[in-house]
Amino acid sequence: MASSALKLQTQSIIEKGESGMSGFLTTNVPKFTSAFSAIAIFFIVLGLLFTIAGRANGKKARPIALIIFLGPALVLLLAGVVIPGVRTILFSFMNPDSNGWVGLANYQWMLEDPNVKIIMINTILWILVVPLFTAALGLLLAVMLDRIKHESIPKSLLFMPMAISFVGASIIFKFVYEYNEPGDVQIGLLSAVVKFFGLTPSDWMLSKPLNTFLLMIIYVWTQMGFGMVILSAAIKGVPADIVEASALDGASGWRLFRNITFPMVKGTFIVVLATGVVGALKVFDIVRTMTGGNFSTNVLANEMYSQTFVQFDQGKGSALAVVLFALVAPILIYNIRSLRKERTH
Amino acid sequence: MAKKLAEHNPGRKIFSSKIATTVVWFVTIIWTVPTLGLLVTSFKGNKAILEQAWWVSLLHPNFTLANYKGVFLGDGTESLSAGVLPYFINSIVITLPATIFPIAIATMAAYALAWIRFRGSNFLFFSIFALQVVPLQMALIPLLLLFTGGAHIGSIAIFPALGIAGKFAGIWLPHTMFALPLAIYLLHNFIAGLPRDLMEAAYVDGANHFKVFRTIVLPLAVPGIASIAIFQFLWVWNDLLVALTFASGTEEVAPVNSKLASLVGQYGSGYTQLSAGAFITIAIPLIVFFSLQRYFVRGLLAGSVK
Repeated sequence: MASSALKLQTQSIIEKGESGMSGFLTTNVPKFTSAFSAIAIFFIVLGLLFTIAGRANGKKARPIALIIFLGPALVLLLAGVVIPGVRTILFSFMNPDSNGWVGLANYQWMLEDPNVKIIMINTILWILVVPLFTAALGLLLAVMLDRIKHESIPKSLLFMPMAISFVGASIIFKFVYEYNEPGDVQIGLLSAVVKFFGLTPSDWMLSKPLNTFLLMIIYVWTQMGFGMVILSAAIKGVPADIVEASALDGASGWRLFRNITFPMVKGTFIVVLATGVVGALKVFDIVRTMTGGNFSTNVLANEMYSQTFVQFDQGKGSALAVVLFALVAPILIYNIRSLRKERTH
Repeated sequence: MAKKLAEHNPGRKIFSSKIATTVVWFVTIIWTVPTLGLLVTSFKGNKAILEQAWWVSLLHPNFTLANYKGVFLGDGTESLSAGVLPYFINSIVITLPATIFPIAIATMAAYALAWIRFRGSNFLFFSIFALQVVPLQMALIPLLLLFTGGAHIGSIAIFPALGIAGKFAGIWLPHTMFALPLAIYLLHNFIAGLPRDLMEAAYVDGANHFKVFRTIVLPLAVPGIASIAIFQFLWVWNDLLVALTFASGTEEVAPVNSKLASLVGQYGSGYTQLSAGAFITIAIPLIVFFSLQRYFVRGLLAGSVK
C-alpha cells in the first residue's frame, strides 16, 4: 500500500518534470523573444529615422533633428511624469474611485487618523536619524580611508551593500534580527551578541520603538557607502598645499579636520545629507519586507502603497503621494539651485 | 608631486594611521558579517539552520547545495512549486530593455540639449532636471489607469487603453519614463563636456547632427553611458515598487526581487528558501558591482559632486 503510494508519487513527479521541461520552454522562450525583438525593433526604428531624417537639409534639417532627438524623451516625460503627477494631485481631492469630488476630506483624514499620526512620527524619525548617520559615518570612514594603506579592499566591501536590493538587505537582516525563545539556541547575530553580554534578547521586530531604529540600520547599511565614496573623492580633492600650509602653521588632527578639511567638503556633505533625507522619505521596500508596516513601524511611502493597492482608496493614496512630493520637493529644489549657481559661475 | 608631498606630510594625518586602520577594518568586518551570515546559512539544511547558529556551523561544516536546487527549480512546496527560475528569467527580460531604452532615449535628448541650438534649450534642460523632484509614487495610480483603461475627460476617451498592464511592456515603459530625468541630466554632463573644437570641425565639414551623434558623440560618451547604464540596470533589477504595481506578482512577468519579497510573508516558506532565494537574487547585482566597480563609482561621482 505504502509502496504503491510512493510509486504513484514518483510517477507524478516524473510526469510533472517532463511536462515541466517542455512547459518551461514554451513559457520562457517567448519571454526572451519578446525582449530581444522589442530591443531590435527599437533600434531598427531609430536607424530608419536617422537615415531618412539625415537626408533632410536646409532650413528643415535642424527642427527635424530636434524632433527626433528630443521628441521621444519629451513625450515619455509628459505622459509618464507630468500628466500623471497632475492627475494624482486632482485624485487627492476625489473619492476612492476617483469619480467624485470630496474636497479636502483626504487631507483631513490625515490630520485626524491616529494611525497616520504614528506614520508621520516614524517618517520624521527616519528623516532625522537616517541622513545624519549615513553622512556622518560616511565622512568618518572617508577621512580614515584617506589615512590607510590598501584602502581599496575595505572601500569595496563597505560600498558593496549599495548593489543589494532593499528586499535582499531586509532578508539579510531578518537573519541578523532572528529571535528564539530564551533557552533555545539563538541563531540571530543580534540576539546572540545581546545574550553574550548577559542581557535578555527580545523579539526585536515587536519591540517598539526599537524596531523602527532596527529598520533604519538596514537603510544605513545599504546607503552609507554612497556618502563614503563621494566624500572620499571630495577629500582627495582638497588641495595638498592648503593642507600643507595649515600644517606648517601647527594645525593637526582634529583642528585640521575642523578648520580645513570639513569646510572644503561641506558642500558634498550637504548633498549626502539631502540625498539621505529624500531616500528616507521614500523608504518603502524595507518596511514592507520586514514588518509590512505593522507594530508601529509604518511610514509614508508604505502607507501610500497600502491605501492605494490594498485598501483600493485612490483618494487617500494620492493625498499621501502629494504629501510625499511636498516634502521631497524643497530638498531637491535646494540641490537644483546649488547646481544652477555652479553652472553660472 | 603634490599628492606625494601630502602623503609625506604628518599634518595631513588627521587621525593617526594606526587608529584609522583599526577603525576602518572594524567597521568593514561589521559591514560584511551580515552578508556572510546569509551566504553560510544558504548552504545549510533547514534543521541545521534552526538548531545551530551559522558562525558555529563554520567550525563544524556540513553544507549542502540542496537549498539552491530547491529554490531554483522548485521544491514542491506551495510557495515555491516551480522555483524562482521563471522569475529570474523575468528579471532578465525586464531589466535589459528597461536599461537600454531609457539610456538610448536619454543619450539622444542629452545631445539635443547640449549641442543643437534652439530657443528655450536651457529652460527645457532645467525643467527636465527638476522633474526629479517628482517621486515615483506621484505617477503610479494614473499610469496604471492609463495602461488598463486609457484616459478620459468625462466620458470622452482622449487616449485609448494601452492594454499593456501585466505585460512586460507595461513594466519597461514606467521604468523608461522614470529613468529619464536623472539619465538625461547625467548624460548631459558627459556630452556637454565633449571638446567643442572637435564638434565644430565636424559641423563645418558638413556633417549633420545624426552623423555627429553616431560618429563622434557615441564613441566618446561610452564611459559615461556605461556608468549610467550600470546604475539603471541595478535600479531596475532591485526595484520593488514598479514591479508590485505593474507586474502584479505573477509567474508570467514578476521579477525575482518581488518574488523574494512575497516569500518573506508566506507561511511555510522556510529559512532554506529565504536564504538561498535571497542569494540568487543579489548574485547578479553583486557580480555587476564587483566586475564594473570603476564605472559604478564614476557614475556616482558624476551624479553628485559633478
